[in-house]
This record gives sequence, C-alpha cells and structure tokens, in this order.
Amino acid sequence: MNPNRKIGDVILKAENISMSFGGVKALTNISLEVREHEVLSIIGPNGAGKSSMLNVINGVYHPQEGKVTYKGRTRDKMEPHLAAKQGIARTFQNIALFKGMSVLDNIMTGRNLKMHTNFLQQAWYWGRTQREEIKNRKVVEEIIDFLEIQHVRKTPVGRLPYGLQKRVELGRALAAEPTLLLLDEPMAGMNVEEKQDMCRFILDVNDEFGTTIVLIEHDMGVVMDISDRVVVLDYGKKIGDGIPEEVRQNPAVIAAYLGTSH
Amino acid sequence: MIYRESGQFKTSYQNDSVIFPIKQDRMFIFALLALAALVVPMFASEYMLSGILIPFLVLSLAALGLNILTGYAGLLSLGSAAFMAVGAFATYNFLVRVPGMPLLLALVLGGLCAAAVGILFGLPSLRIKGFYLAAATLAAQFFVEWVLTKFSWFTNHSASGVISSPPLEVFGIALDTPVSKYLFTLAVVVVLALAAKNLVRSSTGRAWMAVRDMDVAAEVIGIPILKTKLLAFAISSFYFGIAGALYAFILLGTVDAQAFDLHRSFQILFMIIIGGVGSILGSFLGAAFIVLLPIVLNLLGQLLHGIVSTQFLSNLEMMIFGGLIIFFLIVEPLGLAKMWQITKEKLRLWPFPH
Ligand SMILES: Nc1ncnc2c1ncn2[C@@H]1O[C@H](COP(=O)(O)OP(=O)(O)OP(=O)(O)O)[C@@H](O)[C@H]1O
Ligand SMILES: [Mg+2]
Repeated sequence: MNPNRKIGDVILKAENISMSFGGVKALTNISLEVREHEVLSIIGPNGAGKSSMLNVINGVYHPQEGKVTYKGRTRDKMEPHLAAKQGIARTFQNIALFKGMSVLDNIMTGRNLKMHTNFLQQAWYWGRTQREEIKNRKVVEEIIDFLEIQHVRKTPVGRLPYGLQKRVELGRALAAEPTLLLLDEPMAGMNVEEKQDMCRFILDVNDEFGTTIVLIEHDMGVVMDISDRVVVLDYGKKIGDGIPEEVRQNPAVIAAYLGTSH
Repeated sequence: MIYRESGQFKTSYQNDSVIFPIKQDRMFIFALLALAALVVPMFASEYMLSGILIPFLVLSLAALGLNILTGYAGLLSLGSAAFMAVGAFATYNFLVRVPGMPLLLALVLGGLCAAAVGILFGLPSLRIKGFYLAAATLAAQFFVEWVLTKFSWFTNHSASGVISSPPLEVFGIALDTPVSKYLFTLAVVVVLALAAKNLVRSSTGRAWMAVRDMDVAAEVIGIPILKTKLLAFAISSFYFGIAGALYAFILLGTVDAQAFDLHRSFQILFMIIIGGVGSILGSFLGAAFIVLLPIVLNLLGQLLHGIVSTQFLSNLEMMIFGGLIIFFLIVEPLGLAKMWQITKEKLRLWPFPH
C-alpha cells in the first residue's frame, strides 16, 4: 500500500457547530474530525445539513456557534480565501464553473494562488509571465490527461454535458494541489459508468497524492465502497460516525436513512 | 479569410501560448499594422485621417476600457465618459501647470488620475451588482461633469469653460499635422491594445472572468474579490483616461466637459454591445461600426438626394442603432466578434458540415 495512504492525525476538527437560517436549524451541535489521508463521507437524507457542513468547513458559511480547527489553528469562523491559501479546495453541489471560459482556462484559474506575477508584468507578458503561464499549463495538462478530458480542453464549459462539467470542476479543485478536498455530491445525476469513472478519479487522487477527501454522496453502494469513515446527519444532527460497517449496522441510521431509501 | 489551423500542430505549450496562435492570423495582424503605419500615412486624405481613422482609434481605446470592466470583469458601467473627462482635464492641467512636462508623461499621469477616480467609484462594487452598480457609475458621470464645470480651477479659470489644447510634441516632433496626430494615436492604441490582450490571457484576466461568471467559486479558489474588481476599475479607467485625453487634444483640439457627457458613455456601451462583449477584437469592430455608420448613411443620402430627406436619414441612423442593439442583446450577445468566430468555425467544416 502507498505510504501516503496511511491514515494520519486529525487535520480538521469541527466542534459543536450550530447554525440556523432564520427559524430553520440546519446544523445542531455537530462535532466531527477529519484525519489526514482518509476518505470521509457525509451522508444523510435531503436537507440534513450536509452541504451546510462543507460550507462551514471552508468558510462560505459562518456558524452561530462552534469552532473549526484546521492544521492546528482554531477559528470561530473560517474565510474562503484563507481556506484556499491553506490548502482546502472544493466542488459544489450545483456546478459552479466559470461558464464563459474554456475547460483549460477554468482549470488554470484553479491555480490562481500559484501565480505570482503582477498585472504590469502580465501586461508586458514576455519573460516572467510567459514562463509562469507555461509552467502552470504543464501541471494543468497533467490534470487534463488524468481526468481524460483532452478532447474538450478548449471548449467553453457551458457547452459540455453535465458529467464532463462535474469532471472539469474536480479538475479545477485539483489544480490547487489541495491537502483537503471537499466534494459536494460529485456523482449526482451521473449514470453508472460515469460514477465508476468519478470513483476511480477520487480514489486515485487520494492514493497517489495522499489528498484527504470529504465527500457528500447519496449512493450507498459508492459510499460503502470508497469511504474509510462515514458520518451520518439527519435533521441537522449527527446520528452516526464510524467505519462503513459500523454505520451500516447502526439502528438510528437504519431508521433514519437506510431504511427509507432501501 | 479562408484558412484554418489544419497542419499547424502545437508541439509545445510555449507555441500554444503565443498571442495569435494561428499563423495566418499573425500574418494578417502584421500586414494590417504595416498598412496602418506605413501605407495609410502616405495615401490617406486629411478627411480620412481626422474624420475617420483618428476617431476610430480613440473610440476603440475607450471601448477597450469598457470591455475590460464590463466584458471581462462583468461590472456594468454607465460612467465611461466621466473617466475620459478626468483623463482629459488631468492631462491638460499637468501640461499647463508643470513647466516642461512632456506629453507622454502627462498622458500617463492623466490616465493614473482617471484610474484613481475609477477606484473610488468602484468601491461600491463589492456590495452592489448589475443594475444598482450601473446606477452608481451614473452618479460618477454626473458628479464629475458637475465638478469640472463648477470649479474653474480645472479649466485654468478660462471664462467659457472650454480650453484649447496647448501645442503638442513628442520627442521633439510637433503633433501639428493630421498624419503626425494619426501616427501618435495609432502607436498609443497599439501598445495599449497589446497590453489589454496580454492581461486578459494571464491570471489577472482569468480572475476577472472568474469573478464575472461565479463569484462564490472564485472566492473559494482564493481570488480576492474586491481587489480583482478594483483592479478592473483602475485599469479600465486608465484606458478611459488616455482615450479622453486623446479625444480632447488630438481629435477636438479643445478640452470641454460637454464632450464627455452621458451620451458619450452610452455610445461606448453600444460599441461593445455591437462589437462584442468580452472581446478585444470586438472593441475595434464596435468602434469601426459606430464611426462608419453615419458616414455610410451620409453617402447613401447623397446618392438618394431629393428622394429622401436628411431628416429621414438622421432618424434612420437612430433606428438602425436601436434595432441593432436589440438584435445583438437578444440574438448574439457576444456581438460582431462572435459572429466572425462562428463564421470561421463554419468555414473550418466547409464544405462538409455534419
Ligand atoms: N443559504 C441558505 N439559506 C437558507 N436556508 C438554507 C441555506 N442553506 C441551507 N439552508 C437550509 O438548511 C437546511 C440544510 O440544507 P443543506 O443544503 O445543508 O442540506 P443537504 O444535506 O445538503 O441536502 P441535499 O441532500 O438536498 O443537498 C435545509 O433546510 C436548507 O433549506
Ligand atoms: Mg446538499
């Protein structure tokens, strides 16, 4: 087994997170831990608060209560750009690509934080900027090869079918070379074949680069297959947390989730 | 132009990152530049230079500025002319108040003043978007016009508020003929167009488009939203400022706040709608269209002399404008530049479409 894959220490810890929108309690006193190099799945019925939890982790939402510790620093609220700087990348449940840009430019944009030339150097272009563009382009081309989307690299993303768009969004997140990758339903709306491809990409990333992955997914087969650990939410509360086998046998989970969908 | 990229395989990313990837495009641009810089000055009439080419170049520059702000960064502005006015008046004041001030330096400083004002009026863009932002830039339009006419310091206390430009020279060469004015304008526009093209194909340009297309995703990637928007305001206003100064000094020969009214702002907006939003080429196409349309209609009027009234022709111009803007907004929001690209894509498959 790849040494990168050995599950390590806790890299992210959320403690007693509570959050509500108006009267709706989206998250109630949730604590969870993410360990280095693991694949953690968050599951739960619709509206359980899964997406909200991801949004809290990378600072898109600010919870009313609780705190998040990431890489040893504890914060009341994370900010998205700080999260990005510290190696958190993510995809969205509703694809959030840059519609007017090509696949290549979308993924290049994911490397924004790796680019350091200023706008005057860029207006001149030749020299530093060109070298920087080429260097980053090489990395992006590797991602494009890895995700098998060479044939559409110059296509505007808006013209791509849904499944490919999801892949491009994964590519854009990977371009940042994240330590922690948050994926919000990366396989939603895909057919079996597309799901298999996506699973393979996710596991490969985890395996080759040791990237820690937190993913939200509804397909139980997939979840049980690829997760090291599973956290179960229901109505904003955590009702299960453990290895897939434990979660599968947890009566509360069966009642709330597995029971209703199988 | 019937050509395609077939047979031209990019064997390195360096080759793929050159400014015009297709060889024929590159050659076409060089030929066009040579024509504009060498042939035109020899043969063009004074009317051709002062009546068509210089206005075209100056308006292209303004359209480039708005395309950076609206086309690439997605920030709608109705205050373009205000920033042109700032550039024109600032350049004027640098020229008359600082002894020995070279024209080029005054232009750059004038552009920087416009950029500073642009940043100021761009600050609300973090909080407001779309229609409301447009309304805020409209405030810039009226505020700047008011300040420039209210305080006579800006017009060097001239009685009428209209001031004629001092004699201009660059590197010891006097800009007193249409040819010299044309060549100077051409040089400025080429340099700034190249800079704009370079900006939009590097990380700054991608950050602008990211903020335009999906700001939450941009933020999550680590793009600083406010800084990115303010940079768009600053750079676009710099372009407006230079365009305004050229408009006043080279084209009109006077510096007059009324040349930069709301009507001018709308004219620039129409240029990018017709030419192509988010396209460098589109800025030039839109400016060419706006400059040429009245001239073509005028010629038509001479041909049809006695058949239709001049009154009708000037109304016709408005109608064609209105019609075209509605057409482009509904049918082809990316303008002439996009239609050109589609034609090229069709030609690539021609004669065997799917
Ligand atoms: N921005 C928001 N504004 C108002 N309410 C919100 C917002 N985001 C989430 N909610 C509410 O919080 C609750 C949890 O939503 P969340 O999107 O986290 O659920 P989820 O588990 O991701 O569901 P799904 O499986 O449908 O994606 C829901 O009741 C939702 O309506
Ligand atoms: Mg969700």
